[in-house]
Amino acid sequence: MMRARGLAFWLLLLPPVLWLGLLVIVPHVEIAVLSFSERVGPRLYEFGFANYLEFLKEPLYWRTYARTAIMSVLVTAITLVVAFPVAFYIAKAAQGATKAVLFLLCLLPFWASELVRTLGWMILLRETGLVSALLQATGLAAGPVELLYNDGAVILGLVYGGLLFMVVPLVNALDSLDFSLVEAGFDLGGSRIDVLRRIVVPHAMPGIVAGSIVVFMLTVGNFVTPALLGGKNGLWFTEQIYAQFITRFNWPQGAAFGLLLLVLSSAIVWIGLRLTGQGFGETMRRG
Amino acid sequence: MRRPPLRGPAIQMTEIADLSLVRVTKRFGAHAAVAAVEFDVARGAFFSILGPSGCGKTTLMRMIAGFETPDEGDIAIRGASMRGVPANRRPVNMVFQNLALFPTMTVGENVAYGLACRGVARGEQEARVRAILSRVGLGEFVDRRVTQLSGGQRQRVAIARCLVLEPTLLLLDEPLGALDLKLREHMKIELKRLQADFRTTFVYITHDQSEALVMSDQVAVMNRGRFEQVGSPRALYRDPASAFVAGFVGDTNRWDAEFAAADRVRLPGGALVAGRRFGTASAGPATCFVRPESVALAADAAALAGLDNRYAGEVVSVLFDGANSTLLVRALDGGFELRATLPQTGALAGVEKGARVQFGWAADAARIYAA
Repeated sequence: MMRARGLAFWLLLLPPVLWLGLLVIVPHVEIAVLSFSERVGPRLYEFGFANYLEFLKEPLYWRTYARTAIMSVLVTAITLVVAFPVAFYIAKAAQGATKAVLFLLCLLPFWASELVRTLGWMILLRETGLVSALLQATGLAAGPVELLYNDGAVILGLVYGGLLFMVVPLVNALDSLDFSLVEAGFDLGGSRIDVLRRIVVPHAMPGIVAGSIVVFMLTVGNFVTPALLGGKNGLWFTEQIYAQFITRFNWPQGAAFGLLLLVLSSAIVWIGLRLTGQGFGETMRRG
Repeated sequence: MRRPPLRGPAIQMTEIADLSLVRVTKRFGAHAAVAAVEFDVARGAFFSILGPSGCGKTTLMRMIAGFETPDEGDIAIRGASMRGVPANRRPVNMVFQNLALFPTMTVGENVAYGLACRGVARGEQEARVRAILSRVGLGEFVDRRVTQLSGGQRQRVAIARCLVLEPTLLLLDEPLGALDLKLREHMKIELKRLQADFRTTFVYITHDQSEALVMSDQVAVMNRGRFEQVGSPRALYRDPASAFVAGFVGDTNRWDAEFAAADRVRLPGGALVAGRRFGTASAGPATCFVRPESVALAADAAALAGLDNRYAGEVVSVLFDGANSTLLVRALDGGFELRATLPQTGALAGVEKGARVQFGWAADAARIYAA
């Protein structure tokens, strides 16, 4: 009996172990090992920290690194602010069919690939694009306006791409908010701000944390959006990794960058959880 | 020479009511949930609105709290019209049906919420929270989570959370509905005690007549958006103004009948019942009510000689419930059944099903309303 249960247990454990082992642990160990090897001659490598020293020595690298971190936090915050009212409306104000339709509308853009969606923004924002034409037609601009290739365009594209991943956990969290709590909040003399800050947000906290983690991770690791909407001003850290692996063919350097990016996103998520006083396990369970 | 008292009864008569409603109407589409309701609640009173579900009492309460706006009429609290005043600016607090305690906060934080919203300093908040919690007997629960409390304790937190704000009016929306019977009985006494203790005006809505009768100074019976009668529990019980009140307040026997004379009706089985008539109509269909405790039971007819209505009957069943025991009796030639209170100390205490009994009641105890 015990043996049979033991066998079933190991069989059930096999897929996640294979998944984690082959797709997560092995590549990362490989990358970690690779990142600590420095080239001493043609096809000759030995252990060393040269790749990490190179990162610190070259301002372009660590500035891009810091820029990616700050911009990603900013994008996550903006996504949260934009998604919250949308999610509140879907969860608490919309009823029945309207609710489903609104949810579907949020989902709809994701049927197109990220590349196509980003190209869509380029069509709207470029010098000869729709927005520029509109501004000229209404007399708000004298000549063609270039709206692409700046930080604003990059943030816009990233927020757009992250919205759904913020809305879904927020709707889930807000769905369980009993509306009488909101009424009680007003009844006891709370203003809209009081009710939002003291009742709605604490209730939605697991959803906020879950959504923020997902959006932050997706943003930090994004490649297409900063590259297309930011052009050469995009300066996203993933572009540096791409350049090392593909353009420069410097795999050890690329591996070091990859590992640094992983450390960065883990550190920021950890800080975020500490600041909001949420446990990671609890967030994943409830969000 | 003695000076006249400053606050004599004469002065209190003219005192402004804590709550007064003037022809308040609320429509949902074509349906009037609340139709031209008018009443005053005196300072310090325990006022109940009693009605079946769907009678409009919740809508009425939500209008007083400020969550709904009346289509017509006006609501005034201590003489000040509440028109255009949002819920968070009214001197009214509400205990919700599900209590609506904030689950993300501790007991102390729940009670402090309203004070914090008013900008009361932190130190004073803490002192007032502790004071009110110890007054409701929850002194040592300040740091507990609300989910760790029992039903009765949660109830008291919900009330403390409102009373700490010293409202003019406390609204209670069927707060005992979710409790089990024993606790409900206990909380009735507890609520009455709290109300007497704090001297705050309570407006309590319920569909449970026992809750309304036990706790209130005044009860309004509401049906289909209107008030049928407003009065003391005793007045409602003794002198119901309408057939609805007679049937809804207290336990009663009810028959559909036909007027035989001005104060006499014929039941479908043919029996004649003498009673007191309410209203002007004295012909056509009528409804007749007799309370079980008004029915006298006896082993032989001679004992009931003084009563206007006397019948010989057979016990259909004995509904034993201690002091609330009743008999279900069928009249032998009247063809009707009724419930009669069975005193557990009398000669008939041991009566069995199938036994012959005599029963009857005074004309004054039967109420006849034109249907």
